[in-house]
Amino acid sequence: MAALFHLQIVTPDRKVFDGEAEKIIVRTLGGDVCILARHIDYAAPLGIGEARVTDAEGNTRTAACSGGMLGVSGGEVRVMATTFEWADEIDLARAEKAQQSAQQQLEALERTDKDYAIVEAKLKRALARIHAKG
Amino acid sequence: MAGASMKDIKLRIKSVESTMQITKAMQLVATSKLRRAKERMESSKPYITISQEALSAAVASCDDVTVPFVTPRAEVKRRCYVVIAGDRGLAGGYNANIFKAVAAHAEGFDYCVLPMGRKAVERFHRYGVESLTDEYTRVEGISVGTCYKLAEMLIEGYQSEKYDELWIVNTTFLSMMSQEAVVSRLLPIEKPADDAPRSPVTTVYELGAAETLIQVMPDFLAGRLYSALCDAFASEVAARRTAMDSATKNAGEMISDLRLKFNRARQGAITQEITEIVAGAEQ
Repeated sequence: MAALFHLQIVTPDRKVFDGEAEKIIVRTLGGDVCILARHIDYAAPLGIGEARVTDAEGNTRTAACSGGMLGVSGGEVRVMATTFEWADEIDLARAEKAQQSAQQQLEALERTDKDYAIVEAKLKRALARIHAKG
Repeated sequence: MAGASMKDIKLRIKSVESTMQITKAMQLVATSKLRRAKERMESSKPYITISQEALSAAVASCDDVTVPFVTPRAEVKRRCYVVIAGDRGLAGGYNANIFKAVAAHAEGFDYCVLPMGRKAVERFHRYGVESLTDEYTRVEGISVGTCYKLAEMLIEGYQSEKYDELWIVNTTFLSMMSQEAVVSRLLPIEKPADDAPRSPVTTVYELGAAETLIQVMPDFLAGRLYSALCDAFASEVAARRTAMDSATKNAGEMISDLRLKFNRARQGAITQEITEIVAGAEQ
């Protein structure tokens, strides 16, 4: 059996996960990162994307994760995310609607607009949700 | 004479009774809101504990260089206070304590505010203190999303040097019976004291500690605001519950006091009537 580590996933409004896990993959600003047990101390800001957590029983769950930070310290892995929704919590219809409206807004905006980055982030979040669900 | 006073007392009892009904209703509402507010407060705690730890670790890792959000500005011309007060009054000293804390802390400084809650908005408006926005008149049920918008606005203000320090004033929930107004600094982040024992820094920061800090600051600030708001709202409801509880008790005491007076007055009137009749019969 693979070695386990203690994983905590928190968002501002709740504790999403607190327990032993075998593996976690999250998207940082630098790209996808996979953390296994006995990882060195590490920290990176999180991007917007899919996350995969394999728990102690070997079940893998997907989630949509955005913003915040990933931290590994003394074998403890902590994901401090802005949003973290398991696939089964995602409202697909809502995400698709958000994707459409964001795309429409983007077409009307110039790349240099102040709001461009905000709307783009919205689109990315919607896509991450749809991807995690599918 | 006795009759008139009896009528007065009766009216008074009635008015106290209707006041008591109101205070009792408010107490019940506060009690039921308190449970949910406390749950929200509790569930916002883990994020804060963990992110504060990560934050101070990152701050400790960026030595000697000038880092935005960490290095204090050479001259503090202006402070900004995020003031979280209540949406409504009748919560004992809840609102007054917050404003006292702000006034004491800001004395002698030029400052602007970001008022949260109707009471705070009204108060700073009346005193002519410059406010970043008067939009947030409701603390109850504020969402994480709103906190992100706020955090972005606050960080932008800090970066564009509208203010050089950012503070937050909120009430923290100690227990059902006691809540305390606290003032704490959000920006620049407090650096651990120089003489504090430091563990050797071995953490690998993907983008370097300073850049990591810059990237996650809006997220952490939003989380901090959210938790402060939940904490403050739980305190507000608890304060209101205590205040309304004692108001209801007082009203009850007043009513029993007035009843006693009323009965005495009634007895007095009867005795007087009997005396008058007996005196009439004897003649």
